[in-house]
Amino acid sequence: MGKLTVSNDMAVAKESKSKDIIEFDVSNVKSKPWGRRREDRFNEKFKNKQRNKTSSKYPIDKVKTNTKSKKEKKRRYEIPEEVLKKYSKGEEVNLKKVHTKIHRTKIEQRERNVKFATEFAAKTEVLLTEETGFLEADDGETTTQFTQGAIADSVDITSAAKQFELKLEFGPYRSRYTRNGRHLVIGGKKGHVAAFDWVTKKLHCEINVMESVHDVSFLHLETMFAVAQKDWVYFYDHQGIELHCVKRLNKVTRMEFLPYHFLLATCSDEGYLSWLDVSIGQLASQYNTNLGRLSIMTQNPWNACLCLGHAKGIVSMWSPNARDPLAKMLCHKAPITAVSVDPTGMYMSTAASNRELKIWDIRKLEGPLQEYKLVSAPSNLAFSQKKMLAVGHGNIVEVYRECCTSTAKRPYLRHRFNNPIGNFNFCPFEDVLGVATNRGFTSLLIPGSGEPNIDSLEVNPFQSKAQRREAEVKALLDKIQPELITLDPAVIAEVDVPTMRDKIEAKKNLLFLKAPKIEYNPRNKAKGKGGSVKMARNKKILQEQAIREFSKSTKDLLPNKPNEGKKKKQAYNVLDRFLPKKKS
Amino acid sequence: MKVKVITRSPDEYLRETKNDIHKVFRNYDPSLHPFEAPREYTRALNAVKLEKVFAKPFLGNLDGHRDSVSCIAKHPKQLSVIISGAYDGEVKLWDIPRKLCTREFVAHNGVVRGLVYTPKGEHFISVGDDKIIKTWKSLIPQFGEEEEPVNTILSKTVVTGISHHRKSNIFATSGEVVQVWEESRNEPIKSYEWGVDTLHDIAFNMVETNVLAACASDRSIILYDIRDNGPLRKVIMKLRSNKVAWNPMEAFTFTCANEDYNLYTFDTRNLKKPVNVHMDHVEAVTCLEYAPTGKEFVSGSYDKTIRIFEMGHGHSREIYHTKRMQRITSVHWTLDNKFIISGSDEMNIRIWKARASEKLGPLRPREKTALRYSEALKEKFANHPQVKRISRHRHVPKHIYNAQRELRTIKDKQKRKESNKRKHSKRGEVPYVPEREKHVIKEVQ
Repeated sequence: MGKLTVSNDMAVAKESKSKDIIEFDVSNVKSKPWGRRREDRFNEKFKNKQRNKTSSKYPIDKVKTNTKSKKEKKRRYEIPEEVLKKYSKGEEVNLKKVHTKIHRTKIEQRERNVKFATEFAAKTEVLLTEETGFLEADDGETTTQFTQGAIADSVDITSAAKQFELKLEFGPYRSRYTRNGRHLVIGGKKGHVAAFDWVTKKLHCEINVMESVHDVSFLHLETMFAVAQKDWVYFYDHQGIELHCVKRLNKVTRMEFLPYHFLLATCSDEGYLSWLDVSIGQLASQYNTNLGRLSIMTQNPWNACLCLGHAKGIVSMWSPNARDPLAKMLCHKAPITAVSVDPTGMYMSTAASNRELKIWDIRKLEGPLQEYKLVSAPSNLAFSQKKMLAVGHGNIVEVYRECCTSTAKRPYLRHRFNNPIGNFNFCPFEDVLGVATNRGFTSLLIPGSGEPNIDSLEVNPFQSKAQRREAEVKALLDKIQPELITLDPAVIAEVDVPTMRDKIEAKKNLLFLKAPKIEYNPRNKAKGKGGSVKMARNKKILQEQAIREFSKSTKDLLPNKPNEGKKKKQAYNVLDRFLPKKKS
Repeated sequence: MKVKVITRSPDEYLRETKNDIHKVFRNYDPSLHPFEAPREYTRALNAVKLEKVFAKPFLGNLDGHRDSVSCIAKHPKQLSVIISGAYDGEVKLWDIPRKLCTREFVAHNGVVRGLVYTPKGEHFISVGDDKIIKTWKSLIPQFGEEEEPVNTILSKTVVTGISHHRKSNIFATSGEVVQVWEESRNEPIKSYEWGVDTLHDIAFNMVETNVLAACASDRSIILYDIRDNGPLRKVIMKLRSNKVAWNPMEAFTFTCANEDYNLYTFDTRNLKKPVNVHMDHVEAVTCLEYAPTGKEFVSGSYDKTIRIFEMGHGHSREIYHTKRMQRITSVHWTLDNKFIISGSDEMNIRIWKARASEKLGPLRPREKTALRYSEALKEKFANHPQVKRISRHRHVPKHIYNAQRELRTIKDKQKRKESNKRKHSKRGEVPYVPEREKHVIKEVQ
């Protein structure tokens, strides 16, 4: 770099000589012992000025090419707008509303940091190694016509091995994958429970629990799973050893594990919802929904609320903090048969017995975005990581692609079984749909359904034992408390302005409240029952009591509870007519 | 038909041998990392709890003095060396890492009032109640050699404090008058007087090195310029200041420790009102010193506690106390910005960490990043009630707790009374007086 500038300098000097603009002798510059840097800076400045002057004398096209190359150099990689949007952390703060300079600079700095982080995260997309799977039909073909056999024939051997079938006799079965998609647990109604690594087909355990099995679910790791049996929920480890029997969870029909909260959520035959904290073994919350038998439950992976489907066509959302549902949506005019929420928490799909299938915007609790009328009533729904929707009715599984934002005309893939379907799940990070049927378990290949790029520090399908242990400790440290389960999970990072203001006001007012003066009229003194000392003491006691009561009552003035009087009237929604009427 | 399915070859995802590090693949897609806010909150809460767990600020004590420690001076070049003077006239030189006294001698007849190192650290100067200013060599005398001062100056007046010029061989003493001395001469080169009987502390500015500040017994703080013939200005406060300290990074800022339990930060350009009032002590503040960064200062008080204040904040961020520590006579912030040294009435010198939960010793890069991350999270969620409560909570001794409560009731009562007055009088008759203007009486040119 240094050399280059020197040569430039010489060139400039020579030219200037020839054009008689300026002359200076470069060879005999006195070196000063002090202020070298300052001098250098001065020279640099001078040189730039010279260059600018001389460049203006060049023909125009030359100058243009110069500037162009500079601009091109600056713009090495432009991040596409939609990628930036994906990583965006929300809108920028409106700086016009910030009045003080010190805060403005602070906020500006923070905004700059956020922008930098967003861009940095967006730039990492170029480093992603894997690409999404796909299935494309030629002209005159549709993807629906390709059978599993045809797909398996045209993919590589390792992928073809992911398509398999287990013929079992203790059905109907239910199945569940681990969060990293590596392990599978299946449970047959007649008591057959098995857990295995489905990729290597290595069996962890296979047991007969000698009771009816209603649902199975892995806990945070593949080493433990829960089984909802005839009466109670049992926990087993990967060797099939019974670890716990939780009798508080009675007659459970469905289970969902909330991995970030370490909660096992269950719903029961008797209408009870319970959240069991598996890290400390205590019930976080348990209550009766008063909605009768619950058998359709799914979790919203974005905010950890439970979505229950009811026979009245209502979907209700529950958190362990409120005995009433956080939200209720009237989705259909017929009993709901299946509910599913996509992993980003944007869409919810519901199906009813009147053969309807609807897609809802679950963040706004609005919709339906799409409405479908199917051939028969779906019994199961499942979203994949790439927002593909699997619909199961009878013995058929159909997979729809891009069915949320636009209306899908025909299914992407279809598969027919010989037996009715129990349940199905998309395997995370794989293009696989695992279907548990009445007579076994089948793994189907659905190209393009899974997320191709893993994040080893979040969920890692390739983790070793040591890594698993490390991850477990980290996850336990980051365990989110059940109190933080709300409809909007980001609410904790936002400013709670009105209550803050109320608190300050109330604190101010407390100072100026006066304790009431009490009047003490002693009874006529009986003979020998104390003198003025005792009377004074009694008076003091009474006064103190009054002050204590008063201070207790002033505590209620502090706004601990949300102010009910200030509730804003919300705009009337069409669905409001189905809300329970207020008792006056 | 074209078809592609995700296939991951284990060779690419797993390390080749056990000696390799694990391969890590990152995908920063927000949908793969849900619950960002609650998880960050949880981490912030954990970080703040861990900070409390690791908050063990007391490192050790240097005992050996036979009377209360009156003053401490730190070596300008060596972190491990301090000297301390006591009320019995004894001076001790300490090796901090080994917690050993390396040299001790009786320097004065009576209390050692001030100790100071020369800028290069070759000598140190001590003043005592015997009106003598003695210069000592920093080197420990050889075996057989006697402990003798290099230079002895007899002052005509009482000497109560001493401060050395940052660069040249000039030092100033306070007493009945301010005297400016040159090291090589036995007569003061200058002396200043402004109608006060005693000045009890003096401090040279670290940036504008010719400027001096002194605390006087008439409740004033006086500014001097040693190039000038007379004092510059003074500010008179309601109660007297015990100690004054200049900000080592900002030439125009100084802070004084006052008898009215507060500390006041002044801007020399406008002495009419302090820039900031630092409250929290519950008894007279006796000493203070700035951190070398100029962003924080430490103060010791008659209430047996040490508090650390941030420059722009009115309340302390930290309180240090022990069961046995008595009234603090001097505090010092070491020049590596890591430790605090305090001398107290019960003959002990104590060493504290400047940041209570900081890990000592070198940190590995991963530790550093983890600490930085948790620091950022703590800042982000600092105002959440849970986080705030934990990070602010300090266990204080009972006498402090009671005194705080008492002061609070007094303050509340005054506030209430004032507002009642305001309520029942004409508008504007009872004006709102800011706290900053309550404690200064006037500025004198």
